[in-house]
Formats: sequence, C-alpha cells, structure tokens
Amino acid sequence: MDDKNQRMLLSGNHAVAWGARLCRPQVCPVYPITPQTPILEKITEFVTAGEMQAEIITPESEHSAMAASIAAAMTGTRVFTATSSQGLLLMHELLHWAAGVRSSIVMFNVNRTIASPWGFWPDQTDSMAQRDTGWIQIYTESGQESLDAVIQAFKLAEQVKLPTMINHDAFYVSHAVEAVEVPSQQSVDDFLPAINVENRLDPEIGQSVGSNAMQETYRRARQDLGDAMDDVLHAKIEISHEWEKICGRDQHGGIVERYRCEEAELVIVTLGSMCGTVREAIDVMRDQGRAVGLLKVKLFRPFPITMVREALHGVPDVLVLDRNFSPGLGGVLHQELRSALYGMEKAPNIYGYLAGAGGVNVSPEKIIEYADTIEDAVPSSESIWI
Amino acid sequence: MDFVNFKESNAFMSGHVACPGCVEALSMRVILNKVGPNAVAVVPPSCTAVICGPHPNSAIGIPVYHTSLESSGASASGVRRALNAQGKNDTTVLVMAGDGGTYDIGFQALSSAVERNEDILYICFDNEGYMNTGGQKSASTPLHAATGSTPAGKVSKKKNIIEMLAAQEIPYVATASPGHLEDMANKVEKAMAIKGMRFIAVNIPCLPGWGLEDNQGITSSRLAVECGMFPLYEVENGYKYTLNWKNKDNSVDEYLKMQKRYRHLTEEAINEIQVSIDADWERLLKKVRASE
Repeated sequence: MDDKNQRMLLSGNHAVAWGARLCRPQVCPVYPITPQTPILEKITEFVTAGEMQAEIITPESEHSAMAASIAAAMTGTRVFTATSSQGLLLMHELLHWAAGVRSSIVMFNVNRTIASPWGFWPDQTDSMAQRDTGWIQIYTESGQESLDAVIQAFKLAEQVKLPTMINHDAFYVSHAVEAVEVPSQQSVDDFLPAINVENRLDPEIGQSVGSNAMQETYRRARQDLGDAMDDVLHAKIEISHEWEKICGRDQHGGIVERYRCEEAELVIVTLGSMCGTVREAIDVMRDQGRAVGLLKVKLFRPFPITMVREALHGVPDVLVLDRNFSPGLGGVLHQELRSALYGMEKAPNIYGYLAGAGGVNVSPEKIIEYADTIEDAVPSSESIWI
Repeated sequence: MDFVNFKESNAFMSGHVACPGCVEALSMRVILNKVGPNAVAVVPPSCTAVICGPHPNSAIGIPVYHTSLESSGASASGVRRALNAQGKNDTTVLVMAGDGGTYDIGFQALSSAVERNEDILYICFDNEGYMNTGGQKSASTPLHAATGSTPAGKVSKKKNIIEMLAAQEIPYVATASPGHLEDMANKVEKAMAIKGMRFIAVNIPCLPGWGLEDNQGITSSRLAVECGMFPLYEVENGYKYTLNWKNKDNSVDEYLKMQKRYRHLTEEAINEIQVSIDADWERLLKKVRASE
C-alpha cells in the first residue's frame, strides 16, 4: 500500500485500530468484550498480515491484560490495549497501579452500561467510575476524532508519563461506519518519535519499581502524580496544535470545543456522542432565532476547570446532559461542572439532566424539548431524570 | 556451601529483611545466583517482597517489578514480551511469589501464562499459608494444619498445583527444598536451559508461622521430603515424571510434632494425614513408573 493519507470507510472501532497501528505500539495485551472486540480483532488482523509489528498477548481476563500492559510499559515499550464496561471495572485496581508507576499506556474504552442488569448500551458510568485512578480521560464523538485522539494520546501519555484512556460511546460511535481520513505512516512517524522510557526494567540499569515506600515517599509520589496531571492541559493544547498542522483537521485546542456559543443565553454542556446530536438541535434552535450553544468537554481528566469557567463566563443558563449516573450524586459531569464553577462571579444557573443514562436514545427533538424546559426551571443542585 | 554448584555474584546481598534463620532467604540466594545477572524479576506482595527490602533499597541485584498479588503470571508475560519486542529474548524473566499469590489469587493469571507457554521461570516459595499477614490458610495449607483462619485445623487437603500444571503440559514443573540445595540448584539450571513456562515450588518451613525454632528450618524441610509430605520430583512436558528423593522411610509423626500448627492433632487425625500422604505417594510412584 502506498504511504499517503487515505479516505476509508471505517467503523469507529476500526478507526481506533488504525490510529493504534499508525503509532507502532510494541505490545498489545487484549481481551474481548462487546462492543470493543472489533478493535482487538482489527489489530490482530494487522499483525497477522505483517502490517503491524506488535507482541500480542491474549490473557484470560482484562485484569491480566492490564497487568501485562503495565509491566510491558515499565519494561520500556509502547503499549496499547482496549476494553469496555465490565472489563474496565475489572481493571480498576490496576488502573491506579498504572498511574502509580507512571506508565504511558494508551487504552481505548468503549463506553457501555455496567451490570446489573446486563446491558450493551452507550453509557459512560464505566469510565466515569475510574475518574480518581490517575488516568488522563478523553471523550470523542466520531471515528475520525477517535483516530486523531489515539495518535495524540501516545504523545501526551509519553510526555507527561501518565496512562491515557480515550472513550467513545457503544454502537453510536463504535459501530457507526463513516468516511475517515487515515493519515500516512510518515506523517505519524514524524509526529510521534519512538518511545524512550528512561526508568525502565532493564538488567543494564538495575532499577526496581514499586517496592513498599514510607509515608513521606508515598506522599511525594502522589504529589508528583498531581504535578503531572497539572502539566496535561498545556501539553495537550500544544500537541493538538501540532497534530492539527499535520492532519489539517480542526482539533479545537484539544480541551473543550465551543459550538455556536456567541452571545448564547443557554449553553448545553456534554461529552461523547451526544455532542453531535446537540449540535444538530442547536442548528435548529439558532434557525429559530434562539441563542443556544454547545460546550463539548473533550478532556475530562484532568478536569479543565479554568477553561470551562472561561467558556461559560457571562452565560446566563447552562444545561448539562449526562449519559451516566452516580447513585447518591447524580450526573457526574453536572456535579463536576458545579464544583468547577463554584465561587465564580456571575456564575451561570446550572441544570443537570440525566438524559442519556442507561443508553436511552436522545434525539435532537428531545434536546430542543430539554432546552424549552429551562425557561421555567429552577436551578437545582440535584440532577434530574428526564 | 561448597556442595552447591554456583558462583556467588551479588545476586542476593546482605541487608535483606528475612527473619533470622529463614530458609527462603537461603533459597533465594541459590536461585538468584543460578539465574544470574541477565534477568528481570517480578515479585507480588509476599515474604519475597519484604525480604527485598523497602524503597529505595533492594537486596536483589536484578531489577524487580513489584506487582499486585494476583498478577504475577500476567505481569511476567508483559515483561517477557516487552523484552522480546526489544530483541532481548535471552534475558530471563523470573517470578518469585508466595503460595497465596500462586495457588490462590494468582492462579488464574498463572494458568493463563502456562496455557500460552510464556517464556518465564516461575518460583513459588511455598510456606503453606499467608505467613506474611500473620499465618492464615491458603489453598496450599495441608490437611488439619491450624492457621489464623482455620484455628481448629484445615478440613481439606493441600491443592496439588504440580499436578494441575502438569495437566496443562507445562514444559517443566518441579518441587525443590532448602534441605536439598544441590537438587534445587540443579533444577534451576535445568529450567534455565528450557524455553517456555517453567515452574518450581520450593517448600519453605516458616519459622514463626509453623512454630519452629530459628535453627529448625532445614531439619523441617528435610523431614517434609523424607516423610512424603513434600516429595521432591519433576515433570517434563506433563508426562515425564522423575522422583529426585526416592525413599519415603519416615512416618509423618516427627515432621508434624516439630510444628505448632499440628499440636492440636489427635492420633486419629495424624493417622488420617498418614493415610492421605501414603495414597498420594503411591499415585506419584505409579506416574513415575509409567514414564520410565
């Protein structure tokens, strides 16, 4: 195949696999789970065809897939894996571990409802439940965005030494087939140099990783982790500008994206696939002369507090749509946004709707209906089932 | 130690944090020297992890990845493949885990690594319980042994992990004993020459956990072999059995009576253990004869 930018018809998951392939990961521990499986199958297909050189490990569980990922990363290699839902939850213990040892794993998670009851629907509670693990979290709304996000994630993870999780929604994105621009291998090679892990498991170096530490050392390690998180924002902005120049696609600064927010009386805030639906609803409402915009949160961890405050400054009303649910708290994005805006001068009224939780379909018409309710609504700290 | 054939090479250093008289430290010294400097170790929470010493010190010459209790098989696979990806196929990946991290919580990851036949040398320091947390029952705890979680004695037999791994047709699986250091050294050497998954369970009488005196570790481990409680043998490719200590001359009495964990036993219970050990020994002999 000629090495040039190509336009391909790809599902969201196959776009992810292409993104991973272009980054030349050396080790890919993988375990199947619906609706992630097409990512791993495409990768093993690439490897079998000799189009990708990676050690594939097929362990007995996602827990072991993550254990192998961390160890491979600490041995100095670039590592990619993918999971979803229960698989991500099974990894939970080791997600903390991956961040604690400062590995630069890139993992793709397909957002799917978590049991019980059993379900296969788009819902982000699986990844939201990992928000304290020390992973960078990115949410995307299309196969193209997922492909671009994977490529940038490797650079980001390796620069700040934090594992990075990219998420897209089950089926709406994972299985939807769209035309995707797949960049040339050369353009990705130029953007992403070979990995160089200074502190790696190597008999020539002799360093060990992760033995028990006293309180002061442990505390310092946590502070270092926090410092690395603080570096993410700046690094991600730079990386997105750099990738934008190479790929020619607008990366919107990599953190949050504002859509038709000019003079907006109401800004709808959400993440993932719902952003596309909201955009459509906003076009209809703008045509009707209503000043409504979208704030799409691309980076969820670290939470871009300053940038959402800037983006929502002077906006009278903000409506958060959550496709997740934290029992006893409400919509996670709603609650995080409320804390982010706390103490802000002229803070907007915030309304939180549990619109897509459980994977229910949220149509553009529904979103217009939600926007209509705001006129008579009283701002509340509680998230509302709608 | 002139009867053990290895060259001391700073693989295991003084300043380690083992209990006085611990035969695991002795075993580590033999094994690590036999494995040599071109290796990466994977160690889950265990006595081994403690013996290595706290950050930033390490009593072990090779790099150690301290992993989670249930992950050794998977973590070692990750190290292995990452080394291979870098062309370092000749670097040994060495797991040193306890029986809790091997027979119990780590068995799933271990069995999967065996199924994939990863090129790993896995050492299990088997002290027949969670001795590092004060002595609770593991799947490796033998019949009737009293532990922190089975104060009246364990009602089930020790899990026969050697036979389970042999059933998976692992290239090499063996038992070893600090009472037979030369045999242990030979087994490590033999395992080092084999490619694929290799597993050695080392019997470690735990001095505080089993209620033994500081100088009784070697005696206890020798008695364990001689009474058949811990037979010394190896299995190649799942079918070729070799018995390395062929005589079972002693009854279990002397072995049991040294230890606090068996002090509550009635004659009937001791007899039950004897019957069970005799039957296991006969079954093992049959397999040895069948592969001769």
